[in-house]
Amino acid sequence: MGILAAVLSGFVVAVIAPWLTRWLGDRIGWVIAILPLSITAYLFTFIPAVADGEVRQYSLQWIPVLDVSLSFQVDGLGLIFALLISGIGTLIMFYGGAYLQGHHQLGRFYVYILMFMASMLGVVLADNLITFFVFFELTSITSYLLIGFDHNSEASRYSARQALLVTAIGGQFLLVGLILLAIVGGGWEFSALVDQADVIQDHSLYLPIMILILGGAFTKSAQIPFHFWLPGAMAAPTPVSAYLHSATMVKAGVYLLARVNPTLGGTEAWQYTLTTFGAATMLVGAYLAIQRTDLKQLLAYTTVSTLGLLTMLIGIGTEIALKAAMVSLVVHSLYKGALFLVAGTIDHETGTRDIRILGGLRKLMPITAVGAGIAALSMAGIPPLFGFIGKELVYEAALDMDTWAVALAFIAVVSNVLMVAIAGITGIHPFTGPERETPKHAHEAPVAFWLGPLILGALGLVIGILPGLVDARIISPAISAITGEPVEVTIYLWHGLNVMLAMSAITVALGVVAYVFREQVRNLSNLTWELGRVGSEAAYDGALVLLDIVARGQTRIIQNGYLRFYFLTILVVLVVAAVYPLATYGDIEIAGDLNDIRFYEWGVAIIVLLGAYMAVRAQSRLAAVAALGTVGYGVATIYILYGAPDLAMTQILVETLTVILFVLVLYRLPQFATLSRPSSRARDAVVAVTAGALMTVLVLIVSNVQFEPPISEFHAEEAYPLAHGRNVVNVILVDFRAVDTLGEIIVLAVAGIGVYALLRLRLWEDRTEQ
Amino acid sequence: METLMALVVGALFASGVYLMMRRSIVKLAIGLVLLSQSANLLFFTAAGLTRGSPPLVPEGETAPPVPFADPLPQALILTAIVIGFGVLAFTLVLVKRVYQTVGTDDLDEMRSTDT
Repeated sequence: MGILAAVLSGFVVAVIAPWLTRWLGDRIGWVIAILPLSITAYLFTFIPAVADGEVRQYSLQWIPVLDVSLSFQVDGLGLIFALLISGIGTLIMFYGGAYLQGHHQLGRFYVYILMFMASMLGVVLADNLITFFVFFELTSITSYLLIGFDHNSEASRYSARQALLVTAIGGQFLLVGLILLAIVGGGWEFSALVDQADVIQDHSLYLPIMILILGGAFTKSAQIPFHFWLPGAMAAPTPVSAYLHSATMVKAGVYLLARVNPTLGGTEAWQYTLTTFGAATMLVGAYLAIQRTDLKQLLAYTTVSTLGLLTMLIGIGTEIALKAAMVSLVVHSLYKGALFLVAGTIDHETGTRDIRILGGLRKLMPITAVGAGIAALSMAGIPPLFGFIGKELVYEAALDMDTWAVALAFIAVVSNVLMVAIAGITGIHPFTGPERETPKHAHEAPVAFWLGPLILGALGLVIGILPGLVDARIISPAISAITGEPVEVTIYLWHGLNVMLAMSAITVALGVVAYVFREQVRNLSNLTWELGRVGSEAAYDGALVLLDIVARGQTRIIQNGYLRFYFLTILVVLVVAAVYPLATYGDIEIAGDLNDIRFYEWGVAIIVLLGAYMAVRAQSRLAAVAALGTVGYGVATIYILYGAPDLAMTQILVETLTVILFVLVLYRLPQFATLSRPSSRARDAVVAVTAGALMTVLVLIVSNVQFEPPISEFHAEEAYPLAHGRNVVNVILVDFRAVDTLGEIIVLAVAGIGVYALLRLRLWEDRTEQ
Repeated sequence: METLMALVVGALFASGVYLMMRRSIVKLAIGLVLLSQSANLLFFTAAGLTRGSPPLVPEGETAPPVPFADPLPQALILTAIVIGFGVLAFTLVLVKRVYQTVGTDDLDEMRSTDT
């Protein structure tokens, strides 16, 4: 029950957030932060049990017929992610309040980000596949709203749409993959599928399932070639970017990989795919990052790189690799959150994020500088920070492989060299050197701005010095959940003098060199800038243009705006759809007896037919109206002949009124003109006559068939005894079916009001003309 | 007699839809009238025709003498006639209004909302 409340409370508070914002004003950030803080505290209570290998589950029936239940579980993997989401969420909430202070849509910001946080918690705690998928898609939708928060900016809208399209299309693959997985594995719960790993991996559908699920994970976690949407997502307000990049959205894909690892992982296909894509993403992400000059873009591309690293490590799948993955996950969340928040603070205080303009802020913003510095050192992997441990473990995991060890280790070193340089550029460079002129004169920001980076930085330092705080409690249970069997790991800051330490030293040394010569490195890497034109982003743009063309083309054909073509289509479809079953049904009796017709019936029928023909052929409006009248009175006569005097009376009245109405407006109406070409008139005539013939045949068939005895027996017998009326038709109208008649009167009244309004309406144009 | 009426129904339907496929908006309105006549008559015929015996209860009796015309379709058609008139009145005024505002009676020139 508690888990359900923890997940869903975000949605509830989101609903009342706009009123809270109006009521609390500037203090809103601190108040909203209470929610993620209490969720974090609640999650902490799970740590002892989860560390002992327990898995807490909670399930609520949702759609029992489909085996879909709202089931959640807290295991090591879910817990580590949930702690990051709610913990960093707390910092984001009060930072956001300060960052967007006075923004007229602050309430909306909290609606979106709370729903987003709740969706993320749902993703990492869900046990049922469908529940998981629903929350997974909710993160796509809410991040769309967050990225497009500044909806007046075209860039923002473009990025939001890009993120939504890429992740939602991936989501469709994921859905199919999950359904296949459930069918093959015979269960809808992640926890149940773990035991079916052998069955699933031997199944012929294993490869399709894996590819489909990877489609969802790779798009969400911005793996090459889907990496391009992620840097665009920084169009969101900075607190959102910090949250999306550090702890949430993009980690959902990595989480998915880790979650299905015990079920799908361990095969060669899985290993090769994940390591290849992961390593490529890691390298390309770092390389693309070094080209940038915007603080947020630099950080965004390093996120791509880290996501590649995590994918690669999960692909390697050894215990040491998973250990490296979980440590890197925490390391990255801490420093990336801090550095993004610092980037936002710098932007807020100086009015720019361009690293070529920034410099010397340490005296103006000392506390922010401390937070940024610690985070940057962790990112660069300098001891004794947690990032150092992460990097050592990554190298160890790469070298530990049977094949490709050297290649992967080399890629990891190159990427990390670039990361060290970027850590310097983003976390140290803006604060060092001489003071520069910036668009705004900087001051130390208020507490809400520097508290977050400082806490995150400090955490990176404390865990780095005392890794024993987390290894058995948080990291080990997470690894156990990813491997599917209990694992005990311990983490040390000091590994001794070994290859990894040497590699670390080389990385840092080369990274410092790259930092010192950052201008040159950037200029050099910019020589390949043009390559971006042939990348996947260009393919995405091309696909959108193509979609527009196709949509426009088919709208021109289907929604062409010609009423008569719509009509023609309807008739042709009607005729074809009715003739085919009639022709195949066979055994249809058609009443076709013309012998019992009396001469006056012939007379009336011929008058009506002549009237209809005249109405069609009439060259003047008055002739057409006269013909219409003939038809109307003729039909009234038919009603009289066959025992319907009430109908005849009504028809005569209405017909008279119709003719009067036509004549009244007739001279306000345009002259008849022959507008269509002869060929289209012929075509319409053929279609109309065919449709008319079909109607005739249908009437003939229908009047021969009677499925049920008519209920009018009742009306006829009871009209007088029950309703004291001698005219059965009248009794039906005003007594048995009186409510229908009331409805009819209302329709007439509405039509009357419409007529009156149209006649009285003076359009603005008319007024100006008069 | 159903056969003859079926022919009338088909002919009215054909002329109605033919007029509705014209480009002139006035012809559209005339076609609409013919179409509703056709629909009413179709319903009337399909329910079965009975010559000259309206469903009226004579003095001193409690039910109409058999055979009598089916009263239920009559009640429904009566409603349809009246509503058809309402629709027609609205259509006519709308047509007049459109012609006045847009300045054309050619439906092909009324394809977009901008004039």
